[in-house]
Amino acid sequence: MTRTADLITAAVLFAIGVVVVADSLRLGAGWGTDGPKSGFFPFWLGVLLLVVTAAIAVQAWRRGTGKQFVTRAQLVPVGKVIAPMVVFVLLTGGVKLADVSLVPATGLYVAAALYLAFYMRWVGHHSWLTIVLVAVAIPVVTFVVFEIWFLVPMPKGPLEASLGF
Amino acid sequence: MGIENLLLGFQIAITPFNIFMAVVGITLGTIIGVLPGLGGANGVAILLPLTFTMPPTSAIILLTSLYWGALFGGAITSVLFNIPGEPWSVATTFDGYPLARQGKGGQALTAAFTSSFVGAFFSIVLITLFAPLLAEIALRFGPPEFFAIQLLTFSSFVGLGGGNPLKSVVSILLGFILGAVGLDIVTGQLRMTFGVTDLMKGFDFIVAVIGLFGIGEILLSVEEGLTFRGAATGMNLTVVLQTWKILPRYARTFVRAAFIGFWMGFKPGGATPASFMSYAFAKRFSRHPERFGKGELEGVVAPETAAHAAGVAAMLPMITLGIPGSPTAAVMLGGLIIWGLQPGPLLFTEKPDFVWGLIASMYTGNIIGVLMVLAGVPLFAAILKIPFAILTPLIVVVCAIGAYAVHSSMIDVWYMVIFGVVGYVFKKLDYPLAPLVLALVLGDLAENALRQSLIMSQGSLGVFFTRPIACAITVVALFFLGMPIITPWWRRLRGLPPASGAPAEA
Repeated sequence: MTRTADLITAAVLFAIGVVVVADSLRLGAGWGTDGPKSGFFPFWLGVLLLVVTAAIAVQAWRRGTGKQFVTRAQLVPVGKVIAPMVVFVLLTGGVKLADVSLVPATGLYVAAALYLAFYMRWVGHHSWLTIVLVAVAIPVVTFVVFEIWFLVPMPKGPLEASLGF
Repeated sequence: MGIENLLLGFQIAITPFNIFMAVVGITLGTIIGVLPGLGGANGVAILLPLTFTMPPTSAIILLTSLYWGALFGGAITSVLFNIPGEPWSVATTFDGYPLARQGKGGQALTAAFTSSFVGAFFSIVLITLFAPLLAEIALRFGPPEFFAIQLLTFSSFVGLGGGNPLKSVVSILLGFILGAVGLDIVTGQLRMTFGVTDLMKGFDFIVAVIGLFGIGEILLSVEEGLTFRGAATGMNLTVVLQTWKILPRYARTFVRAAFIGFWMGFKPGGATPASFMSYAFAKRFSRHPERFGKGELEGVVAPETAAHAAGVAAMLPMITLGIPGSPTAAVMLGGLIIWGLQPGPLLFTEKPDFVWGLIASMYTGNIIGVLMVLAGVPLFAAILKIPFAILTPLIVVVCAIGAYAVHSSMIDVWYMVIFGVVGYVFKKLDYPLAPLVLALVLGDLAENALRQSLIMSQGSLGVFFTRPIACAITVVALFFLGMPIITPWWRRLRGLPPASGAPAEA
């Protein structure tokens, strides 16, 4: 429900406010020898955030509508975007835990190709020929534009290394 | 003096390389404006890393042209697909889409582009005249005046932005807080890092823009189960010329809309209310108000003229005061800092070639732009025929590249994902995103202005009231902040029903 979502968001923001105020007090929120201390500005931001999120929570509690925040029909396609996106980012950089590689780093271009292919098949039900063409063409074009024309390096993996980049 | 400077600017803007930059910028911008999930702000943000090695003037011409292109592109989707690419093109769909359904898409698009051009041109002329004056006045500003202007910027989001004022305040505060994370350059202390090395660099606003506007927007549009049911473009030279013959009839609408646009536009968040206000005025003064909403050409002219006048006017405070009037201008301001330029009134005296090159390029960019989009509508509209299952991952990949390129760091890509989800939730709960981005960009500047002001006054807030200019600006800012409280009270006093409120700014 929208009211619940509103209250949860306000609570999270309130918690952020508490953290900000606490850290500002640690740094000193008052007047130092040569002007306001480091914590001065964030302290007042944090205090205001506490006040305003509390007011929003009260407002949401009193006026909240019973309208659904997201319906199941909406959440499914959103989840179908988020989950592969997270896997794509994981593959791009890889995951290491205490020097043990949990997810291999494939680099951005290979991850992009796999991501495009997967999403096109899963959501779009495209034919394999289209999938292969698109999933190869797009990373190759971006590679040429960014790595070769504009010299903006992206994360690269074993495939690029074997090709000498 | 003004004319000579402008001529100097044209000499810079008309060099082949800069013209080429304008063409590239407009092409990319129009594509970005047409694509769902990519708008002016994150288009500029994604391209920003590519400009690091360019001369600053060419870089800003590329980015501003991209912005003009995105504005034009928004009109294409509004008219042909009933999808407003940006919040300020919502009013364009009211009459633009019905026109397209009646087979008059070419007429509607010609009117939209021409109106955009007229609105933009009007604002550019005013910028040419007023920017040097404003910069001259701003040269006399001290820290209290600058802080007062910052206050005015953010209070106008609260007072004029529409939506829930408390949520606007939260967005502003959150932006400032995120901006404060990391190293405090004045004292050298680490703030809110909690011993995490990755937090020491703080949050980059470019990554925030890409996440909030790019990824967040994608999530919203898949949720709506986006299907493109486009109307035919019906665009050819005859239609264009015929429409141009009709358009002078709406001369008064053009003038009124351009003034509304400029007046609303140089204040932050002004483009959306400007387009709605202009539409409402056109309807009220029309002899056939009943035709509005069913395919009246004037209903396309009014909001498009105002929105573009406002979009261009947002550049005025950015180049004169160093305070952006829109998220896109905020990203450009960030660009200025990265290119090693100090935004603010000193630019006019220290980098006249940059400022006047930019102003002149607004003229050339808009002329090139209107011709390009008039000719290229079928091409640009064809972009929306790309299947959604290809567009979505493609946009995510482009966003990820943009986020990574800022600092060559993977953590930024993760921040992008997080900002994307936050943007999605915020948008659904009506927290405005534009003030958050502006606060994130302006955080350090605002804090330093406040610090220096307080040092000048030995810690007394009275400094914002004892200096005449600062006092005047502060009072206006406080008035805007009070508006959400005053307005309902005032309406009740006069026996009016409570306002439904303008739609919230994206």
